[in-house]
Amino acid sequence: MTDAEILSAPLVLEYPFTRTVGPVQSAFLTGLREGLVLGVRAGDGRVLCPPVEYDPVTSAELTELVELGETGTVTTWSWEPDPRPHQPLDRPFAWALVRLDGADSALLHAVDAGSPEAMATGMQVRIRWSDERAGSITDIACFEPTAAGPA
Amino acid sequence: MSGSSPLALPEGLRDLEPVRSIRAPARLVYTFTAGEATSRFLRGIASKKILGERCPVCGKVMLPPRGSCPTDGVPTSEQVELADRGIVTTFCVVNVKFSGSAMELPYVCASVLPDGADMGLFGLVQEVPFDQIRMGMRVEAVWVDDDELQPNLASIKWWRPTGEPDAPYESYREHV
Repeated sequence: MTDAEILSAPLVLEYPFTRTVGPVQSAFLTGLREGLVLGVRAGDGRVLCPPVEYDPVTSAELTELVELGETGTVTTWSWEPDPRPHQPLDRPFAWALVRLDGADSALLHAVDAGSPEAMATGMQVRIRWSDERAGSITDIACFEPTAAGPA
Repeated sequence: MSGSSPLALPEGLRDLEPVRSIRAPARLVYTFTAGEATSRFLRGIASKKILGERCPVCGKVMLPPRGSCPTDGVPTSEQVELADRGIVTTFCVVNVKFSGSAMELPYVCASVLPDGADMGLFGLVQEVPFDQIRMGMRVEAVWVDDDELQPNLASIKWWRPTGEPDAPYESYREHV
């Protein structure tokens, strides 16, 4: 039997999960829908974004939401030269951890920088909001470099 | 969010409908390659033939054939054309709708052991009320129209009762 006689066909496995988000992520996602980024204050005073429901050190319930800015600092990044379907951008971009102004932890998202030469740890970036927002992390379309340069 | 939540929302979010859930689908896109033996089997299906393959050591007829015997670890050596009728060895009544399925609930998914085979094929059992389907029931394949035959198991629309007497449990107990 030759290769041409061996059958192959597309096979898609899909699990259409919907999950509830709990009170803190609810506030975070509702905020994104309204164009506002929220962090949560942990017991040691740090502000965590994305916010979590329980303190990562003490496991205590966290309740103090903190409004953050739309600009932040890239703390680390990796270039994505060949985006796959459903990734945040359809052209090469950087995956980056972004510490938003006012936060002490960083959020994973995409930076639309054009080329890896335009990326640097410590660079300043700003949120580019999606035109249509629905209460999802994709309400942030991506981040884009600001003119300010490295922090 | 419940009214008892200790969270204080920013003023701008207080009177809005909160986000309660997110869609988080897991989607894996594959190309499935059938391999030589299963390709032979699928081509048979496209011409309304159910082709198993026999192990030269234990003599069992594998279905769908994968080209080797899982017990003896040797290549299968002989193609065997099987009847398109057989026995419901086991089944389940599906009562839960899942996305992408147009099936009317409840319906029955069964393992059907074609006469002459030692392994069963999964398929639907139709043309009979779901609560009359039983282990040992004799069924026959209902194929799609000839111009719709394809090298995949969708070419068997479903299985339906033949009306023959049920097979005794002893005749298929090795295959449950």
